[in-house]
Amino acid sequence: MWRVAVSVFRESVRDKVLYNLVFFAILLIAASALIGQLSAGQEVKIIKDLGLAAMSVFGLFIAVFIGIGLVFKEVERRSIYSLLAKPITRTQFILGKYAGLVLTLAVNLGIMVAAFYAVLAWLDATTPAVLKRAWEAPALDPAMLTAVALAFVQLMVITAVALLFSTFSSPLLSAALTFGVFLAGHFSADLRNVEQVVQSPAITGVTRALYYLLPNLAAFDVKARVVHGDPVPWTEVGLAVGYGVLYIGALLTAAVWIFSRRDFK
Amino acid sequence: MQTAIETFDLTKDYRVGFWRPRPYRALDRLSLAVSPGEIFGFLGPNGAGKTTTLKLLMQLVHPTSGHATILGRPAGEVAVKRRIGFLPENPYFYDHLTAEELLVYFAGLFGERGAAARARAARLLDLVGIGGERRLQLRKYSKGMVQRVGLAQALVNDPEVVFLDEPMSGLDPLGRREVRTLVLSLRDEGRTVFFSSHILADAEALCSRVAVLAKGRLVASGRLDEMLAFRVQGREVVAEGVSDQALARLRPRARRAQPLGPGRYAFEFDEALAPEAIVGEVVAAGARLVSLNPVRESLEDFFVKQVAGAEGAPRAV
Repeated sequence: MWRVAVSVFRESVRDKVLYNLVFFAILLIAASALIGQLSAGQEVKIIKDLGLAAMSVFGLFIAVFIGIGLVFKEVERRSIYSLLAKPITRTQFILGKYAGLVLTLAVNLGIMVAAFYAVLAWLDATTPAVLKRAWEAPALDPAMLTAVALAFVQLMVITAVALLFSTFSSPLLSAALTFGVFLAGHFSADLRNVEQVVQSPAITGVTRALYYLLPNLAAFDVKARVVHGDPVPWTEVGLAVGYGVLYIGALLTAAVWIFSRRDFK
Repeated sequence: MQTAIETFDLTKDYRVGFWRPRPYRALDRLSLAVSPGEIFGFLGPNGAGKTTTLKLLMQLVHPTSGHATILGRPAGEVAVKRRIGFLPENPYFYDHLTAEELLVYFAGLFGERGAAARARAARLLDLVGIGGERRLQLRKYSKGMVQRVGLAQALVNDPEVVFLDEPMSGLDPLGRREVRTLVLSLRDEGRTVFFSSHILADAEALCSRVAVLAKGRLVASGRLDEMLAFRVQGREVVAEGVSDQALARLRPRARRAQPLGPGRYAFEFDEALAPEAIVGEVVAAGARLVSLNPVRESLEDFFVKQVAGAEGAPRAV
């Protein structure tokens, strides 16, 4: 399984798309430094906002665009024929693919975090102490790592969603569905609110089912609070991580279940 | 003695049609047994079910009914997969890897790593004749080279049973001959080779036993010499200096007379006519005898006959 994972990582490293994404993320962070200079006193907040948002968005693109092709490409190009004749089970194949993509994401996110903190450190060093008093949180606030970590868990959930779709549908449809789940997952709280507005039991039944079925991605989004220096309690982080792990477990179980029953015509 | 490969009423239905799926029988109750150490040819026209059978043996598709064993264990078991090699039809491997990396990766799946895996990769790539290009990414390979990589990866674990799906496809005449030699050397090393092909010359050159498949059904199986019986069906004579009178005399006795050039003809005579009598006829007509050969049923004739018979019958569902 680990070897399949390493091979996924190597494939994505050799995929130029990935370099572009990292490049753009870095570019965006650099651009945010320029914008920051235009608004005195607010720069650190803007950079944090932009930087954290950029990491999530680029991570999302990596997760979706690699995730949807992981299984599909192997089946479509028939490279899976020779691979599955080797002593690995289909379960190991799926878990290896997943682990490989998560590893890719972790490395990319790591690079982005390093670039992000470098920009912030540079800002911290060049800002006079007087101006720093207006900051809601220090530039090199370690709490931001909590936001990044939770964003990573969220990406792991999205990756599992993309992988699940990839086991039975085409990349285009998988991408659409995964983005759909991502958007719906962020607004899943609104699904709950539908019940208070709509009287029809049929509709509330559907929205309630969707609410429980879709991942509640808002639980992983603490970026705004971190940027403003609001505390994020550890119990909340722990619950979010636990929820993420359970959700990923369910998604991967479903992916393995579907994949194990498939015929490769 | 334990069989190397055995299938028991192996059947596969695919569902075809989107709105109203109907079953389509790709393979119909296939039962065959392959003994250890033999080269077994699995023959049939395109669409006969050869690839389906191999995929069932690799558990790439699940049987509708029946089952298969390899080395006495259920096909698809990880323990079985450790001891077999598989070359898929028109194989494709990861573009972004070099041939060496691919083999090291696959060797790794068998638990071999580091220098040992690299040495094995180098040895296998030399064996299939692409050692010089081992550091080239597979996207730069020609079809024939990919086919050779496919052969190398099928042997990466020193398998006891090797499954080759159309191993000659995409190869030039030289490559085909090399693959033949390779397959024979695999047998000499005591391995069992199961290969599918629609090219009969390959089977005639290699196999001890064959099975002929048409429309998903086994139409014949057994030893090649028993199946063909090498029955003489007639005699072909090539003669030179055939004058019009000679032609007029020989034509009514021959089954067929085909002009090959000025004064040069090929005649086919009935097998009832003895060779000596044929020679006498040709000489008496004043023509020069160039050659006389028995016409035997070739695997191709046999194949065409068997397959035509099966094609006439409706496919079972």
